[in-house]
Amino acid sequence: MKSEIDINNINSFHLDVLKEIGNIGAGNAATALAKLLNKRIDMKVPQIRVMKFSDVSDVLGGAESEVVGILLGVTGDITGNIMFVLDLLSAKRLVNILFGRDIDAETEFGSMETSALQEVGNILAGAYLSSLSNLTNLRILSDIPGIAIDMAGAILSVPAVEFGKNSDTVLYIENEFTYGENSVVGDFFLVPDEASYIRLLNALGVA
Amino acid sequence: MTEIIRVGMADLKAARHPAILTTLGLGSCVGITLYDPKTKIIGMVHIMLPCSQIATAITNRAKFADTGIADLLAEMISLGANRKEIVAKIAGGAQMFKFAGSHETLNIGTRNSEATKQVLKELGIPILAEDVGGTHGRTIEISSEDGRLMVKTIGYGIKYI
Repeated sequence: MKSEIDINNINSFHLDVLKEIGNIGAGNAATALAKLLNKRIDMKVPQIRVMKFSDVSDVLGGAESEVVGILLGVTGDITGNIMFVLDLLSAKRLVNILFGRDIDAETEFGSMETSALQEVGNILAGAYLSSLSNLTNLRILSDIPGIAIDMAGAILSVPAVEFGKNSDTVLYIENEFTYGENSVVGDFFLVPDEASYIRLLNALGVA
Repeated sequence: MTEIIRVGMADLKAARHPAILTTLGLGSCVGITLYDPKTKIIGMVHIMLPCSQIATAITNRAKFADTGIADLLAEMISLGANRKEIVAKIAGGAQMFKFAGSHETLNIGTRNSEATKQVLKELGIPILAEDVGGTHGRTIEISSEDGRLMVKTIGYGIKYI
């Protein structure tokens, strides 16, 4: 039996499966982050956002809020993007923890800081995707990370543009993680393209 | 209070004086603003992709430079703007992420701004000012009072073009 999955009318069962995918992937990424920082990382219940493009920029506390985005292309059996986004203060604190500085030390984003963040993105994306790969038996790889520090709207639009060719909505599987009393708050976004999330559901035998 | 109308991604709006149109956080997308100085009618479209021909199905025409600009023009004319008076200002088309490898969508910003200029040229609409390219996001706001376009960035401040 072949069922049609329409991103605009995704059913609650498929949403639950996608949430679980986010949970497992981000759970592994959070564990990797906890190991890297040697700190306890908490994670919230994942959210699946199926958004019209016009609403995309409002995610993450407003289109103009300054954030750090680490973006990796996803290749292999599924394609799309995985992105790791932190508000500016959280990014600074994360760098400070990594470099063994005082958590609220004044930090500028020099090349050492940005490459450290890129590497964090690399490790987290690797952990996220390898757990998905194990779960689905699909070959899922990530490209070299790119980093941008800019307006949230401008950064979040990047994975959305890839959807634009064939769809009017974009699917984000979002997981928020925190360290301490909101000292560091970040989000993982998995943005598979339309064919790929259907492939993900198929691989899990639910489509 | 002047009404400020928000234009989302893949969205277009036209309005009469004294409205202000704004779009927030343009990355690789391009914001095209059109202005008729006589009637003070303004329009803005926030396009994501250069050309509607790459799409398998076109359900939202504001997404593409070609169809988006054409629709915006038609909407302004229906509000009473004079086709011959209309001038354009454009902003956006940045490359937000830099990668070692090459990836087709990564140069989408440049392709968007080039397609925008081409479409405006074909329609015979002069571009009075532009702020395109670079690697930073932009918020833009056009005033129907004088057609002045504000371009706001993080790190490069605010400028008017």
